[in-house]
Amino acid sequence: MILTDENIRRMKDAAARYPRRKSAILPALTIAYRQVGHLNDDIYREISRAIGIPTLEIAEAATFYTMFPKEPVGKYLIQVCHNISCSLLGADSLIAYLEDKLGISKGETTSDGLFTLISVECLGSCATAPMMQINHDYYENLTPESVDSILEQLRAEA
Amino acid sequence: MTFYSPVITNAKEAATNEKLHLFKYVEDPDQPKIETYESRGGYQAWKKALTSMSPDEVIDEVKKSGIRGRGGAGFPTGVKWSFVPKASTKPRYLICNADESEPGTCKDRVLMERDPHGVIEGMAIASYAIGCHLMFIYIRGEFGHGAEVMRKAMDEAYIRGHLGKNIRGKGYDLDMIVHTGGGAYICGEETALLNSLEGERGMSRIRPPFPAIEGLYACPTIVNNVESLATVPHVINRGAAWYCSLGTEKSHGTKIFSLSGHVNRPGNYEVELGFPLRSLIYDPAYGNGIRGDRKLKGVIPGGSSTPFFTPDMIDVKLDYESLAEAGSMLGSGAVIVFHEDTCIVWAIKKLIHFYRHESCGKCTPCREGTAWLEKIINRIEAGKGEPGDIEKIENICENILGRTICPLGDAAVMPIQSAVKHWRDEWQYHIDQKKCVVKSEFAF
Repeated sequence: MILTDENIRRMKDAAARYPRRKSAILPALTIAYRQVGHLNDDIYREISRAIGIPTLEIAEAATFYTMFPKEPVGKYLIQVCHNISCSLLGADSLIAYLEDKLGISKGETTSDGLFTLISVECLGSCATAPMMQINHDYYENLTPESVDSILEQLRAEA
Repeated sequence: MTFYSPVITNAKEAATNEKLHLFKYVEDPDQPKIETYESRGGYQAWKKALTSMSPDEVIDEVKKSGIRGRGGAGFPTGVKWSFVPKASTKPRYLICNADESEPGTCKDRVLMERDPHGVIEGMAIASYAIGCHLMFIYIRGEFGHGAEVMRKAMDEAYIRGHLGKNIRGKGYDLDMIVHTGGGAYICGEETALLNSLEGERGMSRIRPPFPAIEGLYACPTIVNNVESLATVPHVINRGAAWYCSLGTEKSHGTKIFSLSGHVNRPGNYEVELGFPLRSLIYDPAYGNGIRGDRKLKGVIPGGSSTPFFTPDMIDVKLDYESLAEAGSMLGSGAVIVFHEDTCIVWAIKKLIHFYRHESCGKCTPCREGTAWLEKIINRIEAGKGEPGDIEKIENICENILGRTICPLGDAAVMPIQSAVKHWRDEWQYHIDQKKCVVKSEFAF
């Protein structure tokens, strides 16, 4: 079993809350993603058992939504917004800066497994650009100095 | 306690300007607490609606106020509510659309994170008006913090008896579910949102039937934007006549504009509809001019899906009619400012990448068209454009426009068409000279 008993229970609760159980797919995927950090077929099977919806339907929905990585990523998933408002305020150079600091290219994970760097579509934080999301938190109005201290802090916490 | 998001707002102005109402308390970290919200008259509109108005009277008041959907489409909110069939015996549902993802738009996040009870109160009144007993808020998956704030506020609202069974002893039951998405722009489109909420892939549905007739679980459903719903308590408290006195003759009320890009003070600003676009960009209280004292090159006034303005077009008022007359749209109220160092081909490359990525793939013109557009625009940007590419872009755009089930196809095309129209020389230069007129290199 990958999912914790507590999370299985939360998924069952979600399924009971909606008029139709199938609506609990996204909540269940979110719970699983927050626990594991990514999704895969084994997880879809466990969700299926938890909420009583066929595995295929779980996978069908999950593969539509890009927010959930479908393979393992680093402990910290750095998601830099590359859409227009962030780009106007330097998203391209922010990505290049992170690539340089982490010694990886976009799409890669550092060899110590700590950081995966990707760029993503608009995160709805346009007036505090440029910005990035690391796991589930937003980091906004970024500068080289703030990026340095964020990475330092994460390394210290890891 | 500090705010999660450091975004600038004009809450100070709103605190003393009687006409502004959505942003009055958004700089007060205590506002999300129910005691604070209630102490400022919160939930009085919900009480008034439930105890002294019939559902039809609520709908009439909101209709009379003239408030229009603030998510982008601009459809009159009260009229939408009146489409729910009175005779239907099926359950009815209200969904607050908080899947905020139109590039440039970051206003609903502020309302959820900083004044969550205002959103819940508006949702409750709307639910009562349409006879709904289970309401949802669909929040984009990345807004985990916003969802947390909303859940906490919801729990408080239950405890204080604003939600739950037999509210205020009036025999009316209302429950609420906070639902989060999975990072898909398309789910902000109401029919895709319905599929997503049902646990399906977020693909749009053919209309009719419209959601008000057959929406969630094939039951009558109303989907309203966060800002629209947050406005409702103010309309009920102060009356439609008051709301009609704000804004212009035809566009009533206030609107939150998300100002981003090359301005000195990006932020969220609540202003009366009809506010001058030039003032929003240049007034020190708002955008405070263009970064680095550069010259303005262009403005997208209503989110990335709306046509560009050139600098000679910005003496326009920010309201539905004026912006439409000037050839663009109010949209979601996201004003994106570009200065002279921006290559228009580079900017459009960013946008078409987004629309190609977010197309759900259901309609061929959008699925294939956005991919072709991206391929051609990328090659022009990379200095490998071919003669005839501009005409190809125009042709593909024409073949997407109006030929898709949902507005994503049109949304992808409109900024491109206007960018080609306004800066055709620059596109041609890019193809002929195999480089940008100006290189978009922005340090962060």
